Amino acid sequence: MLIHALLSGFVFGLYFTLVGLGLNLIFGVMRIVNLAHGDFLMLGAFAAYWLFTLAGLHPLLSALCVFAGFLVLGIPIYYLIVPRLQQSRDSEMLSLILFFGLSQIVEALAAIGFGSGERSIPGKVLGVGSVHLFGQGLPIAWLFSGAVSAAAVFFVYLYLYHTRLGTLTRAVMVSRDEAMATGIDVHRVSAIAFGLGLALAGVSGVFAPFMFGSVTPAMGVEVNVAAFAVIVVGTLGNPVGTALGGAIYGVSLMLMQTYLGSWSNILPNLLLIAVLLVRPQGLLGRAARHA
Amino acid sequence: MRDGRALKDTVFVALPVLVLLAVAPFVYSNTLLLFNFVMFLTLAQGLNVIYGFTGFLPFGYVGFFGAGAYGFALAVMHLHFPPFAALAMAGIAALVLAVILTPMMRLSGAYFAIANLAAAEAVYQVISNPALEDVTRGPYGVSLSDVYAPGWSYGTALAILAATLGVVVWLRNSSFGLSLMAIREDPISAAMAGVSVVRGRVIAWLIAALIAGLSGGVFAWQVSVFYPEAAFDFSIGIFAIVFTLFGGIATLLGPVLGVLILYGIYNAIGITVPQYFQLIYGVLIVGFALFLPNGLTSLLTRRGTRVP
Repeated sequence: MLIHALLSGFVFGLYFTLVGLGLNLIFGVMRIVNLAHGDFLMLGAFAAYWLFTLAGLHPLLSALCVFAGFLVLGIPIYYLIVPRLQQSRDSEMLSLILFFGLSQIVEALAAIGFGSGERSIPGKVLGVGSVHLFGQGLPIAWLFSGAVSAAAVFFVYLYLYHTRLGTLTRAVMVSRDEAMATGIDVHRVSAIAFGLGLALAGVSGVFAPFMFGSVTPAMGVEVNVAAFAVIVVGTLGNPVGTALGGAIYGVSLMLMQTYLGSWSNILPNLLLIAVLLVRPQGLLGRAARHA
Repeated sequence: MRDGRALKDTVFVALPVLVLLAVAPFVYSNTLLLFNFVMFLTLAQGLNVIYGFTGFLPFGYVGFFGAGAYGFALAVMHLHFPPFAALAMAGIAALVLAVILTPMMRLSGAYFAIANLAAAEAVYQVISNPALEDVTRGPYGVSLSDVYAPGWSYGTALAILAATLGVVVWLRNSSFGLSLMAIREDPISAAMAGVSVVRGRVIAWLIAALIAGLSGGVFAWQVSVFYPEAAFDFSIGIFAIVFTLFGGIATLLGPVLGVLILYGIYNAIGITVPQYFQLIYGVLIVGFALFLPNGLTSLLTRRGTRVP
């Protein structure tokens, strides 16, 4: 049972890394808290559901469509909202409120459009049966989702550390003002990062029906807390940190579910509070977040 | 203390609101709706104390409200306290929670908001956990029909609102309130000018928690049968934040206007289809966050008019 909890925890950890990554990118670059992150994940999940039900599209292809679609959608949303938001006196706080409003809009539209019932995609689409590792069986759908998450995280790493745009993105993360002073087009870089953040949320949504069993328009809130726990345990603006946060979160979630079933919901909250109080800069971080 | 201004604020804003709400039950029969107005006025002003005057945004403000509601309920159920003693327990429960969470004040900005949200959720999950059914009745809710007395609880809620308005008047017109606003604008300069930053923030935090706890306690008394989801409803805290921001922070008038206008609209629309309401509400929030980020009262203060 212990080995099973650890193994499945690791696979969930890979998945939760992907869930947190988009949120981390947006906060790191723009210093705004995207409380609608979980709702964009939900939209990705419903896109995958409809693409599968109506066109029989394989989730992997849906993931590519969702990625491209959300990236293209995210850039105009950025220009509509963020530059105006950043002019205000307390933009970090106001972003919480604004994106809460946005999440309400998305959730309401989704509930009106899709109905508030649960939707799921049969797990056998990703492969039948289970894979045996160390004598433990894990569903193929989980492993598939975990592998795609790992690949996505790797691509984000390549983007941030081995492309020119990625270098510019990291420059904006370190200091927006200095980046602007050196002639970087901060708005262009931020807009792409924003689109990328939404696209990553969408892609993780595509695999949500397999990892969570089913999806509903109201799932966003819970996903948000989990995503926050992951990125806070790791370190902001650091994909390696997010991976570590994801792994810790996944493994401890599975351990809680195995040994302390009824208390497992409380885990993301406690993890978040404990890390913020004991090590506010995250496990891999250097810069402090003190008031 | 600039007494003239404090008196003016009290006479022109606080008193009319209180008189209006004290008379209302005699002309309008839906006491629960009136109670909700009193409750949101109190919570909005309580949030104003911590967010308006110190800049810390407690996204899980409802945690104190819920702790108060359960402090009241547990005191009545297990200790058989009379309502007013139970109300004191509600305040104490919220204060204890606030003291436990005080280390969070080391965090800045969004981290504080998120950690606070997580804390409220954690308290909710402990209280509603089926494993604690013997103590809190877990997810099955509590029933306090023995102490049910809507007239008394409404009057008490009004008294709590009056005290809360008094606190805000005091903060706006005292050197302590001024020092809080100095900390909000620039903690380092304030500290250099001899203001005790930590002490100021912690006092504001405890006052805000006490207000929410008392409000939660009187809520438990008024409705007398409730589920944990109702006492820890995330949207209670969000409403308080939205009303306060919409009206204008760090003023006495702003949160009052916010509650009367937005909560008035909320009840006027009527919630036939919750999704449509959620949609309108979301659009409203996005709209004012983008176009009126400093609230209604900023329309006047921008012209140099002093808003109470």
